[in-house]
Amino acid sequence: MRNDVTTTARELVDFVYAEASLLDDERYDAWLGLFAADGRYWVPLQGAQQAETEKCNSIADEDRMLLSLRIERLRAGLAHSQQPRSSMQHILQRPFVLQGEEAAGGAILRTPFVYAETRGDEVITLYGHYIHRLIREGDALRIALKRVNLVNAGSRLPMIQLFP
Amino acid sequence: MKTPDLLSNLVRDDEVHKDVYLSEEVFGLEQRGLFANTWNYLGHTSQLPEPGDFFALDLAGQPIVVLRDPAGQVRAFHNRCAHKGTQLVTAEAGRLGGRFIRCPYHAWSYRLDGELVAVPLKAGYEGTQMRQAEAGRGLTPLAGLHVYRDFIFGRVSAHGVGFDEYFGDILQAIDLMVDRSPTGRLQIEGGVLRTTIRCNWKFYLENVNDSVHPVSTHESAVRAAQSVLKGQPADAPKPLAFEQILPFGQKYDFFEQTGGKVFPNGHSITGTRFSIHSGYGSMPEYVAALRAAHGEERATQILERSPQNTVLYPSLALKGSPQTIRVIRPVAVDRTVIEAWNFRTLDAPELLFDRALTYSRLVFSPMSVVAHDDVHLFEAQQSGLRSRAAEWVSLHREHDPRELEEPVRETSGTSELLMRNQHRAWVRYMGLNPNEE
Repeated sequence: MRNDVTTTARELVDFVYAEASLLDDERYDAWLGLFAADGRYWVPLQGAQQAETEKCNSIADEDRMLLSLRIERLRAGLAHSQQPRSSMQHILQRPFVLQGEEAAGGAILRTPFVYAETRGDEVITLYGHYIHRLIREGDALRIALKRVNLVNAGSRLPMIQLFP
Repeated sequence: MKTPDLLSNLVRDDEVHKDVYLSEEVFGLEQRGLFANTWNYLGHTSQLPEPGDFFALDLAGQPIVVLRDPAGQVRAFHNRCAHKGTQLVTAEAGRLGGRFIRCPYHAWSYRLDGELVAVPLKAGYEGTQMRQAEAGRGLTPLAGLHVYRDFIFGRVSAHGVGFDEYFGDILQAIDLMVDRSPTGRLQIEGGVLRTTIRCNWKFYLENVNDSVHPVSTHESAVRAAQSVLKGQPADAPKPLAFEQILPFGQKYDFFEQTGGKVFPNGHSITGTRFSIHSGYGSMPEYVAALRAAHGEERATQILERSPQNTVLYPSLALKGSPQTIRVIRPVAVDRTVIEAWNFRTLDAPELLFDRALTYSRLVFSPMSVVAHDDVHLFEAQQSGLRSRAAEWVSLHREHDPRELEEPVRETSGTSELLMRNQHRAWVRYMGLNPNEE
């Protein structure tokens, strides 16, 4: 039994690392496929302070359709702002499992990160932590929520073109 | 060359010299001239619900604090202690601990009308000239302050054009936003999205009334939205976000026919006849409430007027249909901060607020796929103009010499008169020497 729990935690942690790698490698279709049908990618304007029910704006708050739009725009090659193209690197600290697989609502992980987005000679760097809420669909884990809590979410930010 | 000559030589009737956007010297003159002489948006009274509430901002390169005093009056002061200049409040907004502002450095204390009421070691000032000096005057109020339907405007210069004369009929655009509430009340809510852009502020403000650019600039966002929708079942309801992005894909003749209008002092409207915001679905109960509150005729006017954008030169852009505003805050000659604020329209359906939040997130956020292409192109203008191949920026479209005699004039939605009008105001208020008024 103890073995099973360890395996599950390892699986959760690996999932979070693998998710970030898909973005860094620009494997967007595979990345989008990690989201549950009603999955959400959310960058709240107040960072970790923003309650999920609060009617506050967000830097990004996207369902699969809006994420598809973002990905399609990057892929189609028509985006002026992608000349030159942007690249990204996620650097993750070890994800902490805040709530295990068995709990209602799925597993919740917290992962501190540094995110670098480069374009030409420029680099923007963002800091914060992710909250992943993962659920199980059949054999696979899926993202119900990827919440990106920036430490400076409310500051005067430059354009962020990819996926922190 | 005297300053006014220098400046009028930078703006021709149909062209603008690149130094208007590139010169550090011109930017310094703007801070002391244009942004001091004009009326600029400071904030909204709903940001100051209680006495003692304040917010701080930079105006014309100077720190300003706006607060509500114990009697409920809105006041604005230079955010600088009369003693040694310490910024009195350093938070962006908050509530003062009592009926006074106390400088955290040496504890000089001011009433909320600005009067200096307490200094420590008072005996040390006996026999000195402190009370007769600038220091003894207490806090310096912002010279001009005017609240119009809860929108707070300020002017740095002590002398100049009065508020009503400065804005004139363009204030009707604020009325249209406010009257979307049956009780005439708006409330700032939902946070402010702020982005830093590496371009001169004028590129941004010109673009607010530029209806030619969407076809080419926003092609990537529109095509992607269309392509995603194609994958959906035909009878699936169109999500609000797509309802707001797709109209950016209108063609040139649509935008040309939307109509524009210029007003004295740089103000203008695009979408006087219709706009990309006209097609949002209507709500019968809300329409009935507006009719009951404002009468049939006014209610129809409010609902049918969804201008694309209204510019209250030089600091504010209004969007009456999604009920959002943008504030243009110049930081340096090649650096501008844009703030996008949302209004909750009181006693109106929640959907209006949802539209405001969704629109500003989709179109004005640092992660907006619409803004990414805009901002990239503004920055490309800033860098392209470094070229010495030519000195002038063309604003010739639909130029007509007779327009100089018509300070209020209807235009097509795509006329560059909307921008020429901004630059004419620029010359006037840059050159305006407040001491000579």
